[in-house]
Amino acid sequence: MSDAFEPTIIAFCCKYCAYAAADLAGSMRLSYPANIKISQVPCTGRVDIVHLLKAIEDGADGVYVAGCMEGDCHFVSGNLKALKRVTCVKKTLAELGMEPERVEMFNLSSAMGPRFAEIAIEMTDRIRKLGPSPVRRQPQPEAAAE
Amino acid sequence: MIVADRKSLSEIQDMVRDCRKILLVGCKGCVTVCNVGGLKEVQVLAATLRIAAKIEGRPLIVEETVLERQCDPEYVEMLKPVVDNFDAVVSMACGVGPQFLSEAYPQQRFFPAVNTTFFGGAVAHGIWEERCAGCGTCIIHYFDGMCPVARCSKSLMNGPCGGSDHGKCEISRNINCIWDMIVRKKTEQGRLNDLLDIVPAKNWQTARDGGPRQSRREELIQNG
Amino acid sequence: MDDLKSGSNLEKVLKAGHFALTGECGPPKGANIAHLKEKFAHLKGVVDAVNLTDNQTAVVRLSSWAASAIMVQDGLEPNFQMVCRDRNRLAMQSDILGAYALGVRNMLCLSGDHQKFGNHPAAKNVYDIDSMQLISLVKKMRDEGRFMNDDVIDTPPRLFIGAAANPFAEPFDFRIYRMTKKIAAGADFIQTQCIYNMDRFRVFMKQAVDMGLTEKCFILAGVTPMKTVGMASYMAKSVPGMEVPESLIKRLKGAEKGKVAEEGIRFCLEQIEEFKTMKGVAGVHLMAIEWEHRVPEIAERAGLLPRPVAP
Ligand code: SF4
Ligand code: SF4
Repeated sequence: MSDAFEPTIIAFCCKYCAYAAADLAGSMRLSYPANIKISQVPCTGRVDIVHLLKAIEDGADGVYVAGCMEGDCHFVSGNLKALKRVTCVKKTLAELGMEPERVEMFNLSSAMGPRFAEIAIEMTDRIRKLGPSPVRRQPQPEAAAE
Repeated sequence: MIVADRKSLSEIQDMVRDCRKILLVGCKGCVTVCNVGGLKEVQVLAATLRIAAKIEGRPLIVEETVLERQCDPEYVEMLKPVVDNFDAVVSMACGVGPQFLSEAYPQQRFFPAVNTTFFGGAVAHGIWEERCAGCGTCIIHYFDGMCPVARCSKSLMNGPCGGSDHGKCEISRNINCIWDMIVRKKTEQGRLNDLLDIVPAKNWQTARDGGPRQSRREELIQNG
Repeated sequence: MDDLKSGSNLEKVLKAGHFALTGECGPPKGANIAHLKEKFAHLKGVVDAVNLTDNQTAVVRLSSWAASAIMVQDGLEPNFQMVCRDRNRLAMQSDILGAYALGVRNMLCLSGDHQKFGNHPAAKNVYDIDSMQLISLVKKMRDEGRFMNDDVIDTPPRLFIGAAANPFAEPFDFRIYRMTKKIAAGADFIQTQCIYNMDRFRVFMKQAVDMGLTEKCFILAGVTPMKTVGMASYMAKSVPGMEVPESLIKRLKGAEKGKVAEEGIRFCLEQIEEFKTMKGVAGVHLMAIEWEHRVPEIAERAGLLPRPVAP
């Protein structure tokens, strides 16, 4: 069953670095798994705890935030704030009995096309090993689907 | 402001274990300012509870709302059209909120999602500290604006005790000895003499020790 | 001797100008009176009065007033300790009367250690009044014959009032003023925190003498012999408001194997020798907790025996 498992992974990518790196990866014809659904954000500082949780709630098997290298944030410390929020969500997942590794923070620059692909592959492998999110594992009752 | 801490997820889950439909109510007052019970925190708790229910494969609807203030009947009234649609209501306000809600809607069950801790303020981003214990008779002007009732671990009026250690209180290296601060400030300001008189025993009748308190402002009370 | 405030042995010894010696004893963690009486036996005739601690370090023990009453029966003089942590003003006044009725004549007024590090950290503390206010209260009860609320007391408690002073806690410069306040509040005698830093204590005593405090109040210098190097390091590091100079720790470390305790006692004896002639020091308060059996030897070697017999 886990052979057939194709995880859904949401990546919140800062437009100044990770999103640009994804573009670069594309133009370099570097392939990365189709499991990654990219969501562009103006700065990772805009990614709130609730966004990460919503992604999990909506059935994502993994979520990550990709921001600029530490010290290079265009808004000074957006990426550091994002890291704290990722850490907080990891704690919440642990409280919920879920693997904290389903959520992660990465740092890269716009010139790192190959690194972008590498991260995408790394996360996909990681989540594949963990299996589907427990949110999806249970048959969902009517009411909760509303 | 009134400062609070979120209760643990498991404690909140235990409270509403048997509910299928709950309402989370935040408050735009103090608990929004101290980032524990405002809109964002309501959303986070709601999402977390929903994820938990999904993991268990249990039906659960969590709806979210935030009132202007939960300590004011005028705003509490706004829940009227919806309050009975839920198995329970979880309040993210300070301890006053769930009580005002229960008084207004005796048929409904209300649970506190936060632990109300103290009157204080943020000394740095993400760090809040106690400043007042609501003793009902403020005397901080005798102590250069520092409150020994709330901030001395022993509420000493004639401190510092012998446990004061390099500016820290005997109970923790993370807690300042307020008496050390009072003495230092008085010394710097050349007012050390103020501390040489014995401060007599405090009258605690105006504090909680005198029983539950009520404040009446006759000019504001509307007749009939 | 008409001007005696309490008529306690300690008061008489001090007022007669003798160099006083007081001891200390922690009541048991239980009702084991036999064990308590054993400790008393070691101290009998060796010290002028014995402090009985009140849930010291916020650990529950047999009550200090009950232990004091038992001590009276055994023919020793207790110094009944009371902390502000566990009683409000009602309980305090009633226990003061009770202790007095049972023969207690000395009382030491303390704030008390916070319960956080005791064995009931979940307790609610009281701190209705502080140690300064407690001293004033006992004085008022004794001298005015009135309760805190001014009601008249039928047979007021005549107690010799003690207080503690810590010359080593920060803010250091204020310590002398705090002791001044305690004396003004009504303290008849002061027992200091354990002294290890003699330099600092000399400064403190000079201040006390210069300010005329030693004319108004008897100051007993606190000592606790070090038993081990571990005890010294622990006190240096972990006891708030305690000062143990590095030189003392070195000295203990340098002692021959099995001779550390002896070195600790020697240091203590040297201290006592100096106190005997130090201006303003009226006696020694020897806190040899759980070492009561060594007190006779220490007192003997310090040349403090026999104790004066109060008239
Ligand atoms: S003295 Fe009383 S009212 Fe004033 S700050 Fe302290 S606790 Fe609050
Ligand atoms: S150390 Fe300072 S703050 Fe702590 S109990 Fe003593 S006087 Fe109060």
